[in-house]
Amino acid sequence: MAFVRPLLDPSPRPPPVPGSLPPPSADLPRPIAEPPIGSDLSQNPFDSSSRLSNASARLRVDYNSGDRVLFPEPGSADSFRRVSGSRTAVRHGSGAESDRFGVASLREISDEDARFVYIGDPARTNERFQFTGNSIRTGKYSVFTFIPRNLFEQFHRVAYIYFLIIAILNQLPSSPSSDGYEDWRRHRADRIENNRTAYVLSDGEFRPKLWKDVRVGEIIRVRSNESLPCDMVLLSTSDPTGVAYVQTINLDGESNLKTRYAKQETLSKVPEKDPVTGVIRCEQPNRNIYGFHANMDIQGKKVSLGASNIVLRGCEIKNTAWVVGVAVYAGRETKVMLNSSGAPSKRSRLETHMNRETMLLAFILVAMCSIVSIFAGIWLRNHKDELDYSPYFRKKDFSEKEEENYNYDGIGAEVAYRFLMSIIVFQIMIPISLYISMELVRLGQAYLMIQDRNLFDETTNSRLQCRALNINEDLGQIKYVFSDKTGTLTQNKMEFQCASISGVDYQAEMDPLSADHADCSVRVGDQFWRPKMRVNVNTDLVKLLRSGHGREERKYVYDFFLALSACNTINSKLIDYQGESPDEQALVYAAAAYGFVLVERTSGHIVVDILGNRQRFDILGLHEFDSDRKRMSVIVGCPDKTVKLFVKGADNSMLGVLEESLDLDVVQATKNHLHAYSSLGLRTLVVGIRELTGGEFHEWKSSYERASTTLFGRSKALRLVASNVESHLHILGASGIEDKLQDGVPEAIESLREAGIKVWVLTGDKQETAISIGFSCKLLTTNMDQIVINSHSKEACRRSLEDAMAMSRKHLQMVHDAGRISLALIIDGTSLVHILENELEEELFKVATACDVVLCCRVSRTEDMTLAIGDGANDVSMIQMADVGIGISGQEGRQAVMASDFAMGQFRFLVPLLLVHGHWNYQRMSYMIVYNFYRNAVFVFVLFWYILYTGFSLSTAITEWSSVLYSIIYTALPTIVVGILDKDLSRKTLLKYPQLYGAGQREEGYNLNVFLLTMVDTIWQSAAIYFIPYLAYRNSTVDGSSIGNIWTLGVVILVNVHLAMDLFRWTWISHVVIWGCIVATWICVIVIDSSLSCPASALFWLCLLGILVVGMIPRFALKSFRGYFFPSDIRIGRELEKAGGYYEAVAGSIEMRPVVGAGGARS
Amino acid sequence: MWFPVSLNLKKPVNSKFTQQELPACKPILSPGWVITTFAFIGLIFIPVGLASLFASQRVVEIVDRYDVACVPEHLQDDKLAYIQNSTVDKTCTRKLKVPRLMRSPIFIYYELENFYQNHRRYVKSRSDKQLRSREGESDTESCSPEAKTSNGSVIVPCGLIAWSMFNDTYGFSINSKVLDVNKKDIAWNSDKYHKFGSDVYPKNFQSGPFIGGGKLNSSIPLSEQEDLIVWMRTAALPTFRKLYGKIEVDLEPNEEIMVTIHNNYNTYSFGGKKRLVLSTTSWIGGKNDFLGMAYLTFGGLSLLIAATFILIHLIRPRSLGDPSYLSWNKNPAGYSN
Repeated sequence: MAFVRPLLDPSPRPPPVPGSLPPPSADLPRPIAEPPIGSDLSQNPFDSSSRLSNASARLRVDYNSGDRVLFPEPGSADSFRRVSGSRTAVRHGSGAESDRFGVASLREISDEDARFVYIGDPARTNERFQFTGNSIRTGKYSVFTFIPRNLFEQFHRVAYIYFLIIAILNQLPSSPSSDGYEDWRRHRADRIENNRTAYVLSDGEFRPKLWKDVRVGEIIRVRSNESLPCDMVLLSTSDPTGVAYVQTINLDGESNLKTRYAKQETLSKVPEKDPVTGVIRCEQPNRNIYGFHANMDIQGKKVSLGASNIVLRGCEIKNTAWVVGVAVYAGRETKVMLNSSGAPSKRSRLETHMNRETMLLAFILVAMCSIVSIFAGIWLRNHKDELDYSPYFRKKDFSEKEEENYNYDGIGAEVAYRFLMSIIVFQIMIPISLYISMELVRLGQAYLMIQDRNLFDETTNSRLQCRALNINEDLGQIKYVFSDKTGTLTQNKMEFQCASISGVDYQAEMDPLSADHADCSVRVGDQFWRPKMRVNVNTDLVKLLRSGHGREERKYVYDFFLALSACNTINSKLIDYQGESPDEQALVYAAAAYGFVLVERTSGHIVVDILGNRQRFDILGLHEFDSDRKRMSVIVGCPDKTVKLFVKGADNSMLGVLEESLDLDVVQATKNHLHAYSSLGLRTLVVGIRELTGGEFHEWKSSYERASTTLFGRSKALRLVASNVESHLHILGASGIEDKLQDGVPEAIESLREAGIKVWVLTGDKQETAISIGFSCKLLTTNMDQIVINSHSKEACRRSLEDAMAMSRKHLQMVHDAGRISLALIIDGTSLVHILENELEEELFKVATACDVVLCCRVSRTEDMTLAIGDGANDVSMIQMADVGIGISGQEGRQAVMASDFAMGQFRFLVPLLLVHGHWNYQRMSYMIVYNFYRNAVFVFVLFWYILYTGFSLSTAITEWSSVLYSIIYTALPTIVVGILDKDLSRKTLLKYPQLYGAGQREEGYNLNVFLLTMVDTIWQSAAIYFIPYLAYRNSTVDGSSIGNIWTLGVVILVNVHLAMDLFRWTWISHVVIWGCIVATWICVIVIDSSLSCPASALFWLCLLGILVVGMIPRFALKSFRGYFFPSDIRIGRELEKAGGYYEAVAGSIEMRPVVGAGGARS
Repeated sequence: MWFPVSLNLKKPVNSKFTQQELPACKPILSPGWVITTFAFIGLIFIPVGLASLFASQRVVEIVDRYDVACVPEHLQDDKLAYIQNSTVDKTCTRKLKVPRLMRSPIFIYYELENFYQNHRRYVKSRSDKQLRSREGESDTESCSPEAKTSNGSVIVPCGLIAWSMFNDTYGFSINSKVLDVNKKDIAWNSDKYHKFGSDVYPKNFQSGPFIGGGKLNSSIPLSEQEDLIVWMRTAALPTFRKLYGKIEVDLEPNEEIMVTIHNNYNTYSFGGKKRLVLSTTSWIGGKNDFLGMAYLTFGGLSLLIAATFILIHLIRPRSLGDPSYLSWNKNPAGYSN
């Protein structure tokens, strides 16, 4: 959503410079010298989404303070508690809180929370607290912490603990070496960075100093195109008005230039000659790159500083010859460094489950090692008397003079050695190679996803981006989708559709090419300019404006459109309107279309071309939008010397401040219209006006000035001033703006719902609007039962929740009787806040999770797979905290994309991404994991059986070379190829039957039962491999290496045929890889053994054939029986594919059943 | 792990590979396939099983355990003393009866039981380098405790395996007529030509205080010491046979073979057993019924499975590709979990 990026956008309004203000009218009070601080940080006044976002922000705070963190957010929780002195959370990278920036900077910072920066006096600044120096370290490790921290990093995976033990046993260095190399490179980069030069003021001139020596409190000069060495508050710039432009591409990826200001109090000073002295009290270092608040005491004046006054490390100065600033955060306390930890790394659900099975395998491994070592002990004890001279053991060594034991330290030690040795022999039980294969497979899967033409967005010319590589398979297990509404479901292109002006409804006509449309051009010099956006207009209204002079309604219409063009924070550049809020843009374009063209805006005045007649209005005051008032207002000095207050805001906040007694009928008519508009899914706003008398204006002005100089609670005071003046308004009218749905959204949501994914849309619209949009995008259907909670008191909320609980219980019971009716929960922001404040979350969750659709609510459960999709910076935390985060790369900057795991162009791509690629990836990966466990376990069990026949002495049945090559050459490639390329069902089938997605949600591909069944099969197969040659060659002349070759070939052939049997699609690649591996093994075995005279025998071939058939019979039989008599959905799907068009043609009615059945289930 | 953000926003390549539409065969385990496969396995396995069982039955095998019988009556209580006493005559005579006609070649094996030639300690105690050529003579590291003599000179061939070489000898005669035993070509050619050098001669062999087994003629190169070569190819299992020689005449039924055994090898110290085996051979090797039985069993099992499948298929048929079997069609409430 647009409104959340206030800070880093170019704020075109220059800071107020006294000289640049228009000369005040004689009978008017002087315009306020300083507009509300931070007024450049335009909040979208009317996107009511902030209502909800605010609520949700609070929701998260509640959860943190209540120690019930929904999505644990590693590392950030405490920083964010520290930052928020009050209960208002500062969410990094987002934040829709109204009093965040400009107003937030007025917030008092208590002494213990503040850091004091004495300008130009680093010694004193650092006296009390030793602030961090400016040197940075991005390397994860230092000399002392390398080993422990690296180990900690590695131990995230259980297998690595095991790997460590193996590494110690083998006395081999392992992966830390490469990590160490990476880190060394980072250290080197840091060293270069730390040794760059900055120009720091000392003894009256700027002298070069290394970056790492820069200290907080020092005054630094940075020239154009130079990078900033630390976070600093601007004091002055080369621009006389104190403007500086910075490029923030390193911070947020946005390439446009942002404007920053030096404060008036300091910008005239020349630091070399006239040392600036003062103290800055600023908040503790935090990660929020969009917020900063501080106060500066300078020359006895208290000046507040906001985020527009600070420039951050990592940015570059552009188009400004030089800037001078004072360092406030240095080194690792700079915002860029605090943010550099990056998004929390995610781990796929499958991999988490895999750890469980890895533990199980480790347990089996230890059990096997124990068996071997204990039996070895028993064997040694039983043979104790014989071993001294037995030819095959020969405990005694006669080569020395003294007869002594050779390589034997008693039974106890021998048992211990055997145990350790058996760990080495059996080590491939834990498939370390699986992790490597998984990375490769994910890389391949990501490549295929990126290459998918169905995920390519023609309009923005962008394809899918896979930003996180380790959660591909999670896409196949999603149960909840949380979707942002504006910009994600909708196009975020607002269109003015209709207006109700003083009780009369004007609908725009559908034809945008009406003759009148061309008339709204503006003459500038010799050129005619026309607004960029075309707006549908109502011809009656146009006629009324142009020719209805003298008619009474014209006055209202006139004021209405004047209000639209004046009461906003849009800036006009050649009639190309730029603003934070698309709603405001739409309104200004609409006004332009009706002949009220906003031509110019500065902080002091606006110029509006009214029906060809250019007029100048003074902006005497402006009250920003905030989420408590939910409206904004401007005080305008008109050319006819009157002072008017224009207010626009959300309907429920506006209706309360109208002077209803004056125009009761109009208010009633407008209310009806509003209801009608929102039922159509339009976003509504109400506009009001009041003419201020001189006395009222003076009263307002003095109270405003008083409020804006208040030191404590300034934002509250300002809000109070605004509320006081915004009262007794005359209603002008209401507007309806349409936000069009993106292509394919209704179909996409329907598919997702059919797939059993619960879709929760997060929106801040009016409840009626939300519901109507819900219908239009098929989120809600008429045969759903709706639970609506919109109570405005605690008790009412409790009651409606109880009702809702009863209703959902009733529905649950109905499941057993007949078809189930879907439930939809619709809850508004106020009720949500009430519920959360009253610890009713539990109940809410119970209700919410029982519902198929939840509208307008931002809660989640951690145990189910969640996917969050959004496009704006306010969705960042949701994207990061969901199991899978998806960013829509749209018009709105790149924060959502930067934070996301996958980024794509359109919401509707979610369907192929989840239902097709997610399904495939899950099937592939789950099979691959099970198969890898099986593959290695079979090998280990064969070794184990043999060891039982060697006096438990750990001789290996298979040569050491083959053991090494087993998971590298003999069996590696097929599993990787299958993991990347195999497809159980075609894209067409998966899209046609979205319910097939349930396989992943139910974890059918990989669960404990599958694992255990596979392990039983593994034992059978290994027994077949070992015992068939054993029994066939018993009492023969066979030697170790000959029978070893049979075992080697037997394992490899069986394992590869096993894979071949489970393969869904046989392409030429699968053939090459699988048969190629068997041939390669054969060659390797011949080369290793260098003599294969024995294998030519008939016995050899019969053994191999026997191994193959006997090993596969149980699996093949079970698979056949299950597939035929208890078919899974996937199996039926495959049969459907095979049958081709047969059922579609012959049994069309049956074919329709999935859809009808799904609908029937719901109705 | 982060994937480099792809900023080149080109339209993806439209190939069958990238769109995952490669032509493919998509086999489904339909009843026809399953029944055919199992029936086929059964039909192959049962004849093969019968054939190998028949072949195994045709093999004539005479097995005679002599390790106990060859110890004189009065020394039965202390066999170890008997075998270690070099003054006692170790010659022993056994009479074997030929049960059926044995066609040449008749293979002579000795069989050892409870001898762990696959023990890790034992298997590793050899030096392939030393065996292969004279240059590797000093490579005895892996051979301890039989690497060097007590005065430090190298033993060739070193290691426990060679040291413990089997040294019982057998002589055969029928009706006082000596049967020739061909001891040539009992070792693998690859071993003779590649693994045992023709320039390597035994040295300091069995010179220690404790003799493990057979001695070697130090004037014959290792590549021609076939008994050693056979012995050095270590057996896979603790009970094993090794080829001793061949008798290249047919033996008639009910003939009595007189075997003169020099019972030198000490298996008494570890409870091992020694047997002499005379056996003919077939295409399946020696006498072993297991493979035939296994093939018959699993062939029968396959036929049984095929029959069961047919039966269930007839009782509870299911038409393939019928969407009404999809879980959400069978059980309307179930799909949403």
